[in-house]
Amino acid sequence: MSTVAEAAAARAAATAGPDPVTFAKALTTAMADAMRADDGVIVFGEDVAKLGGVFRITDGLMAEFGDQRCFDTPLAESGIVGMALGMAMNGMRPVVEMQFDAFAYPAFEQIASHVAKMHNRTRGRVTLPMVIRVPYAGGIGGVEHHCDSSEAYYAHTPGLKVFTPSSVADAYRLLREAIASDDPVVFMEPKKLYWSKDAVDLEALRRDFDGAEAAERAEGRAAVVRPGTDATIIAYGPAVPPALAAAEAASAEGRSVEVVDLRTIVPFDDETVCESVRKTGRVVVVAEAQGFASVASEITARVQERCFHSLAAPVRRVTGFDIPFPPPKFEHWHLPGVDRILDALDELQWED
Amino acid sequence: MTIPAEAQAAITRFGISIEDYMLPVHGQIQILAEDGTMLPEDRRGSSPGHQYPVPTDRELLEAYRRLVIGRRVNDQNSALVRQGRLAVYPSSHGQEACQVAAALALREGDWMFPTYRDSVAVMTRGVDPVEAMTLFRGDWHGGYDPHAHHVGIQSTPLTTQLLHGVGVAHAAKLRGEDTVVLAMCGDGATSEGDFHEALNFAAVFNLPVVFFVQNNQYAISVPLAHQTVAPSLAHKAVGYGMAGERVDGNDIVALLAVLDRAVTLARAGSGPLLVEANTYRMQAHTNADDATRYRNDAEVQAWAAKDPLNRMRHYLRSTGVLTDDVETAFAGDAEDIAQQLREGLGSDPTLDPQDLFRHVFTEPTPQLREQAALLADELARDELSREEH
Repeated sequence: MSTVAEAAAARAAATAGPDPVTFAKALTTAMADAMRADDGVIVFGEDVAKLGGVFRITDGLMAEFGDQRCFDTPLAESGIVGMALGMAMNGMRPVVEMQFDAFAYPAFEQIASHVAKMHNRTRGRVTLPMVIRVPYAGGIGGVEHHCDSSEAYYAHTPGLKVFTPSSVADAYRLLREAIASDDPVVFMEPKKLYWSKDAVDLEALRRDFDGAEAAERAEGRAAVVRPGTDATIIAYGPAVPPALAAAEAASAEGRSVEVVDLRTIVPFDDETVCESVRKTGRVVVVAEAQGFASVASEITARVQERCFHSLAAPVRRVTGFDIPFPPPKFEHWHLPGVDRILDALDELQWED
Repeated sequence: MTIPAEAQAAITRFGISIEDYMLPVHGQIQILAEDGTMLPEDRRGSSPGHQYPVPTDRELLEAYRRLVIGRRVNDQNSALVRQGRLAVYPSSHGQEACQVAAALALREGDWMFPTYRDSVAVMTRGVDPVEAMTLFRGDWHGGYDPHAHHVGIQSTPLTTQLLHGVGVAHAAKLRGEDTVVLAMCGDGATSEGDFHEALNFAAVFNLPVVFFVQNNQYAISVPLAHQTVAPSLAHKAVGYGMAGERVDGNDIVALLAVLDRAVTLARAGSGPLLVEANTYRMQAHTNADDATRYRNDAEVQAWAAKDPLNRMRHYLRSTGVLTDDVETAFAGDAEDIAQQLREGLGSDPTLDPQDLFRHVFTEPTPQLREQAALLADELARDELSREEH
């Protein structure tokens, strides 16, 4: 698997200097900190122990916490999630890794029929504090079944929270919050961002998390990651970097574009989204997933229902095409890029 | 591979192989004959490494009391379906010996993971009968607190609950607790992928789980021969490196003996075990099913002759343990629970429509709060227009 070699190489390069921090390192640190803070936090999945995961996100956890708290399982995703559910029922906080987006599908029955419903089925008597980590989406030249954007399946399932960070700081913050949550969280990690870096002070983030009041959590709070006045781009996960790049390019053309990063798809932050839309009056929703019946569709519908009278133009979507994720040599035509986002911005009836 | 101490002892004592220890006996373990007489030791189906002591009279009498109650619960609930008080009831009529033995094999701190047909086992474990019926009355998806009696919620997807049991056992093992989990499923469920994953996970992590398969011969209409061509379901165990055993599922004496040994071994660290009970669903799958379309009366009648209650009653009468007075007392106990069911399910439950939104998450999301308000407003307007008319 070329992605494994790439991951190893990128990670080796990334750890050469103490600063800046990679997205991957922020995730690893979040798990290690959560494991230090709570003995009930355990990490398991396929290849997560000795190897540290195919993307090395669990690297070092078995060495520090032992093979009772970070261990490999037989190769069976339904087994991993079903067993995690039982452990969560019995006092643990399991954090399980699905190796790739499309390899999580065998676990879908456990996720949709049990993980999502147990709290409701038992009138809240059984809580399931568990996290299902899913490396997802494309942009890494991965082969078929390694690049799916599967977030809509989970977001459409009542009872699941769906988090997806796009920045190094949020990778740490949101994963700590997901592990601390008493609700099950599907934690979607944009794998093309694993090697992205930012000068982030993990020590400060740790202190912030430990000291934060519930009201200061990132869960359910979208972030305005670039302020602007003329139009709003709403994005999440892997679509945030191209959205920011497009906003930068637009500013060169004299347009001030605000970028809102959802951070958590469920719970959804209508408030921040609508506040931005009411201010700018023009909206482009950007997502890497195929657009039909998608999270982008939901965002578009919500904005038009709630902010219709503030809109100067119909909301535009820039998403992946409605095709199975393409082979590596085709993916650059498929993924929403800066030009396609700028084209959509141009079509927001500026002449009216 | 690691050989459990019990297997090692059997290997040394009887000179058998690890496979002989793990493979089930030829035929099945049976202690009470169908006519209720106790079989001599050499006719109980046992073989070296598969010996089972007979439970005490006191244990047998209590088991019989539970059988009488279980049968009454099944028949009362089926009647409540006919009266429209329950939406559906998958009856375990004919399988009561399995139901009772499963619950009696466990200690207080142990866990049971039942299926939708295991209501009698759930009640025998101590769950309130009316709460157990909430799922089938339709006023919620599950009525009892799984933590109160360590009973997983009755599950309608097949076999998924086995993995939950595996997880509960794994968590307990990591904390050094001596919990045993009894994870239940039926014959059809052994074809599901989660059956394989649960057995394999339990074996690989050496977890104290007893998988208890009630082979009642049919998965709704499909007979066992269409599910598997394995020599028996118990034979599947050896492929996972665990011991399997096959027992007469209508003989509660044999069931108590086999399950007690399995639970004791699991608690002692033997790793998981599989017990297949050979039994029969005397009634249709549910009230919505028509069993005459897939099985004939002669077959049903042949199984009626193996009834677990008659057999046990005959035995206990013959030894003098079961007197007329005791029988009357047991019938009274059964009638008390039947009355509890009739009263509890005879009145309509009070439903709060806001419950729809309350438990989706630990705290409702803003969107759920909006939808809750929408429904409340809709209902308030309905109320108003009813008053106006």
